Amino acid sequence: MSNNAGREPMLDMFIFETFQLIEQLEQVVLNSEKSDSFDSNSINEIFRIMHTIKGSSAMMLYNDISKLAHSIEDLFYYIREKKPQNVDFSALSDIVLEGVDFIKNEVTKLEEGNSADGSSSEMIESIKNFLSALKAINSDAQESAESERKKSDDKKDQKYYISSYQPADDCKTNLFRARIFFEDGCEMENIRAFSVVHSLKEKTEVLEYTPEDIMENDNSTDIIIQEGFEIVFRTALNEEAVRDLLMQTIFLRDLELVLLQGADNSQTAMEGNKKRIVLEDEPAPGAVKQTDTDSSAAHKTSSAKQSMISVNLLKLDKLMDLVGELVISEAMVTRNPEIMNLQLDSFHKAARQLRKITSEIQDMVMEIRMVPISMTLQKMNRIVRDMSKKLKKDVQLEIIGEETEVDKNIIEQISDPLMHLIRNSIDHGIETTEERVAKGKPAAGKITLEAKNAGGDVWIIVKDDGKGLDKEKILQKAKENGLVRKPESELTDKEIYSFILLPGFSTKEKVTEFSGRGVGMDVVVQNIEKIGGSVLIDSAPGMGSVFSIKIPLTLAIIDGMVISVGNSTYTVPTTSIKESFRPKPGDVITDPDGNEMILIRGECYPVLRLHRAFNVKTKIEEFHEGVIMMVENDDKGLCIFADALLGEQQVVVKALPKYIKKVKGLAGCTLLGDGSISLIMDVAGLIENY
Amino acid sequence: MEQVLEEVFGFEEDTQKDKFLTFLLGNEVYGIDIKYVTEIIGIQSITEVPELPEYVKGIINLRGKIIPVMDVRIRFKKEAREYNDRTCIIVIDIKDMPIGLIVDSVSEVLSIPEQDIVPPPQVNKDFNNRYIKGIGKVENNVKLLLDCEKLLSDEMIDILQDIEQ
Repeated sequence: MSNNAGREPMLDMFIFETFQLIEQLEQVVLNSEKSDSFDSNSINEIFRIMHTIKGSSAMMLYNDISKLAHSIEDLFYYIREKKPQNVDFSALSDIVLEGVDFIKNEVTKLEEGNSADGSSSEMIESIKNFLSALKAINSDAQESAESERKKSDDKKDQKYYISSYQPADDCKTNLFRARIFFEDGCEMENIRAFSVVHSLKEKTEVLEYTPEDIMENDNSTDIIIQEGFEIVFRTALNEEAVRDLLMQTIFLRDLELVLLQGADNSQTAMEGNKKRIVLEDEPAPGAVKQTDTDSSAAHKTSSAKQSMISVNLLKLDKLMDLVGELVISEAMVTRNPEIMNLQLDSFHKAARQLRKITSEIQDMVMEIRMVPISMTLQKMNRIVRDMSKKLKKDVQLEIIGEETEVDKNIIEQISDPLMHLIRNSIDHGIETTEERVAKGKPAAGKITLEAKNAGGDVWIIVKDDGKGLDKEKILQKAKENGLVRKPESELTDKEIYSFILLPGFSTKEKVTEFSGRGVGMDVVVQNIEKIGGSVLIDSAPGMGSVFSIKIPLTLAIIDGMVISVGNSTYTVPTTSIKESFRPKPGDVITDPDGNEMILIRGECYPVLRLHRAFNVKTKIEEFHEGVIMMVENDDKGLCIFADALLGEQQVVVKALPKYIKKVKGLAGCTLLGDGSISLIMDVAGLIENY
Repeated sequence: MEQVLEEVFGFEEDTQKDKFLTFLLGNEVYGIDIKYVTEIIGIQSITEVPELPEYVKGIINLRGKIIPVMDVRIRFKKEAREYNDRTCIIVIDIKDMPIGLIVDSVSEVLSIPEQDIVPPPQVNKDFNNRYIKGIGKVENNVKLLLDCEKLLSDEMIDILQDIEQ
């Protein structure tokens, strides 16, 4: 947290943006790979993202990232412009994803406060190789495309009244077209444009510029602002030099430089292998119209995006704290003892109104923290892709219910366990293609990832149509590891399946890169239990298995029963309470060791005196004067003895201060309506420890 | 003269330098580095938390923030004393961990220049001076300057880790 605050806002922004872009990019690549082709939209998208990353990382002086982005940009530039026919899309995706991983890695380093020291040169080399291989393959295919392009070139050239210059056989000069955009609000665009023309005239032969009447016509300023200033000129300089020259223009925002006809290129063009070098974002000639609509669409989406803002999570937490305080101080005012016995009708009316508004604010703040789970689920696409490639299994991922909303904190926690489950399903569950075909199943395995709301919980279900869990093998392995504690005949199927969730269990004989080390499933369970969830397993041999994760909608609010012991109050999560009652004298029996227990419907439960366990002074020590609350976790029960039940209420969970976080039997604390603190009991911890 | 002025100005640039908040525990005056202090509040209702060392009295609700409070008297193995309206909680922030120190009363903010601070005597180990970073002289009185970080020292972290296990 502290290093978050200490980080430069620029760097913060860079990290945030880059992560977003990278995620977007990953998505685009995976979608494209799935449909087995990169359509022009996604190519443009990739190009645009790489361009942005290149720019911003260069600005932040992260040269390796910038160089890598640049080379990927080059690659996609070629693809976009040349539209090569026989591209190995999966190899292309590999390259891009590799780049994505590199950038992700570097940015993560930055986020953790380290320096981005990875070197991308190897990757750049391989991208270059790929590009040149692509070029070599496609030089043949280019010929046919070339003639088409020529046609469109002509068309466009006519549009700019330079067709008469086109056939010029002066092969020693290059013909360029540049489009210049000035920075917003720099003013006097027409004069600036004129000065560009003027400076170009010194070194080049300016043939044409639009708008033509820059100095005379006042409207030209608007045209330049909207469409940019376009110049066509001829020069002996190469495009690098021209670019440098134009880049010197002050207030330059964007430069599009197109080599319309090059000295050496025009010669090769005659051989049908014309090469065009274009810098910056110049659309393919044939696609002028299309990109126009693209850019307007992009405009639309960007305006739609503006209604969303990203907020630092810390601020949200802070807001939630403040709202919590607001609720408390409201209660302090309206239930102030000093006004309790007064007849104040209009005051109560106003207080009701206040209470209504504060509770609305509270709901709203909670809602803000809810985000759709789609990002997390979409991330799994990548896992499935990488694994199915590595393991040579054909696996499809279907995602259902990605719009399900979950608390932000939970989303962060769920990603790793989910990844593990998916890996497990692919590695252990789905059979190889041959096996599948032999069994009469569709060749491609299928994993369904479903998220849905049910009551106060969110279910995330990972389902595969693989071979299912092998009950015998699991049982045998469990016996070997001494995990079976019941007679075999009493074990239900589900109990047997749940053995795989225990530490040190892996039925896979071979350890693979992805899973099989026997850590994993128990980590999954641990992580999920940490956020108050649980894992259920079901399976049918030959049909596949289902892993269901049940997690609470939010971590921040729980339903709790407030009990008192002496002067202290404790909150017990309602979900773990079975019942509560006042025992009759003599209900509680004591064994010779002094352990107290109580018989409820034929079952014997230990009794825990809270005042002893937590060392609290209280006057109520006789069982029939207090209350017994039976709590349960994982089929284990415990009876808690407390002074009194105070009532049920929703409480906002707060963590205990850092260094007293782990007290046995306490999960956190909460603020009650009157501002006092109540400790939240950790039932699982209590049962384990007492 | 100029030198003096310079000193004064240099001093004023870092307003927290050499300044100590002093408080009373019985008859002794203690001081803590002002840069650690976030605020001073009156005593309020403390929620007890089980299994903590005796000197950590529990947690309090400081405007929605839950912070632990430590009774400095008990920490220094002095006799516990009833809290009254002079009792204060000094909220300090060490390594991003806020903690409240319960003291008998807060007196004033003093500036004690470095040259007036002497290290505590190195005598036998029973002498309870491991929380004292130095002894400041102000006119004819001495103030015991506390080492805040040692106050929540490793020893305490050890104890807490014991509890965890």
